Amino acid sequence: MKVVLDHLTKKFPNRSKKGGDVIAVNDFTFEIPDGKLIGLLGPSGCGKSTTLNLICGLETPTEGRIFFGEDDVTHLPPENRGVGLVFQNYALYPHMTVLQNILFPLQNLKGEARPSKEEMRRRAEEAARLVQIDMLLDRRPSELSGGQQQRVAIARALVKTPRVLLLDEPLSNLDARLRLQTREEIRRIQRETGVTTIFVTHDQEEAMSISDLIIVMKDGFVHQIGKPQTVYDEPRNLFVATFLGTPQINLFEGRVENGRLYIGQDAVMKVDCADREKLTVGIRPEGFVLQEDGPLCCALQAVEVMGRDHSVVSTHPAAISTTIRSIIPSEETPQMKSGSVRFRLKPFKTYLFDAGTGERIPFSAV
Amino acid sequence: MQKKNWKAWLYLLPAIAFLSVFMVYPLIDVFVYSFEEGYNSASQTFWGTGLYNYSYVLHDPYFLQAVKNTFILVIITVPVSTGLALLISLGLNSIRRLRDFFQTVFFLPYVTNTLAVGMVFMILFKKTPYSDGLINLLIRFFGGQSVDFIDGPYWAKLLVMCIYTVWVVMPFKILILTSALASVPQDYYNAARVDGTPPLRIFTRITLPMIAPMVFYLVITGFIGAFKAYSDEVAIFGTNLNAAGMNTIVGYVYDMLYGDSGGYPSYASAAALILFAIVLTITVINLMISRKSTQF
Repeated sequence: MKVVLDHLTKKFPNRSKKGGDVIAVNDFTFEIPDGKLIGLLGPSGCGKSTTLNLICGLETPTEGRIFFGEDDVTHLPPENRGVGLVFQNYALYPHMTVLQNILFPLQNLKGEARPSKEEMRRRAEEAARLVQIDMLLDRRPSELSGGQQQRVAIARALVKTPRVLLLDEPLSNLDARLRLQTREEIRRIQRETGVTTIFVTHDQEEAMSISDLIIVMKDGFVHQIGKPQTVYDEPRNLFVATFLGTPQINLFEGRVENGRLYIGQDAVMKVDCADREKLTVGIRPEGFVLQEDGPLCCALQAVEVMGRDHSVVSTHPAAISTTIRSIIPSEETPQMKSGSVRFRLKPFKTYLFDAGTGERIPFSAV
Repeated sequence: MQKKNWKAWLYLLPAIAFLSVFMVYPLIDVFVYSFEEGYNSASQTFWGTGLYNYSYVLHDPYFLQAVKNTFILVIITVPVSTGLALLISLGLNSIRRLRDFFQTVFFLPYVTNTLAVGMVFMILFKKTPYSDGLINLLIRFFGGQSVDFIDGPYWAKLLVMCIYTVWVVMPFKILILTSALASVPQDYYNAARVDGTPPLRIFTRITLPMIAPMVFYLVITGFIGAFKAYSDEVAIFGTNLNAAGMNTIVGYVYDMLYGDSGGYPSYASAAALILFAIVLTITVINLMISRKSTQF
């Protein structure tokens, strides 16, 4: 089922008397294609959970409309929308067993839609098998690990075959190893069921690794929508560029003069865009190449060994952050401890942004 | 390790000493008195030992009346007050405006002196040469016969007693239940909403099980409290409860010690131990039921 948001806006009245409403979601218009896994990504407080609540119907929008396929569901209560929601803390009913938890949504159905007892049981067991908890049906939530609880929550959301599955920060309560495992699981379950799935996360790695599409949000605005790799390679603005990628993109103050891009005093590459007094240069950590006569001259601080790669930490007078982090394959790393280090820059890992608005300035190296 | 233990006991000593002298010793004493026939506290003498005191108390019509009154009071007021408190708490929990105001109103009886409340009930229910009481005015207004609630038929007195007890014990229950309801995470309700759970089912399948431990706590303490009822009765019917036929077990114990017919610590001790046995039995049953139904 494709999900369409049409000029969706949600305002909350301000708690304090001063100041206007808080706009959690500002004029969202986008279409989520059928059967895809979508990551709603943004820093905390950016409105992503509100967006999720609007889609599932726990909040009603101030303006705008929501469509599931061709149906306008804007004013439908949550139970009539056919959504499955997995809460951040799972919200499993502690006094019911796993089976009872999974059966609960089915037992709420009325009239024609209500399956027979055997059918309910069969569907609950099927959902449990899908998330691989079919041997835990008689346990109570308190007797399960975090990852198992997460699976129960997903099974409970899936058992009534929702049109759209929504996951609110599904991995944030799990430890690092389980998080990797569970995100694969979510991907697998989504593939197997083919249900359109939207999940909210503040962890860019999580969103990038499993999503078909990511939606990057900040302060109630959508900043960019696209395939993870595209958004990473072609960030639309400074926020998207800094938000995606670990280690973070390195930022410098720069300028373009006579067709050359300058970072501080170093003319790092020839570019084809118009001269500019001031702009922000972003270079991905993997955009640095060690070269003895490279144009960018930095003061070496440390080399951190990370196994496959080395992380070279250095400083530059024009850098906006205190240190520059570059990722260099370990066999290329020099055996030095201090002094200066020179880099050549990969043009397609280098981005120029307007120093004021943060919008990306297109250029190509010549 | 040994030294640490020794220190711990030292810290506990004041409390242990205090409790031993003022709690444990009297308890043992009561137990002993209850088997001593005709114990006299002034001369510290008694005639013999045996079960005579228990036999006397259990055959005393005043005691049997007190047991009957107490049981009726317990059986009516505990469920009624808990149920009403739950309804009011649910109401309080679902309103936004004036919630603090209503919470204060419902909590007022808790901070009001029992005897002062008794006076108010007298005005409501008592028949005097000048007035029949507010309730009787109402009954007559609707065409009924006026009833003497304080000195009249047994059922009328019992009714006043029950209304009074319910009214007095409710504030605490409301306080506990509103906080219990507020502590049920909103996520459960959101999950139930997304799953299209009807309101009644949300209440029976989610709200009630979630607050069940608190409800059981209130029922258990309610039972114990109601079995110990005494001062409320005095507030309404005066000190001569036997004459009014409204005595309670604790009232009977008190009368045996200090009342007009008093001076019988042996009978009082026996009655007190019978009360203890009753309360213990009921509490154990309550606990067994609550353990079974609130395991999670």
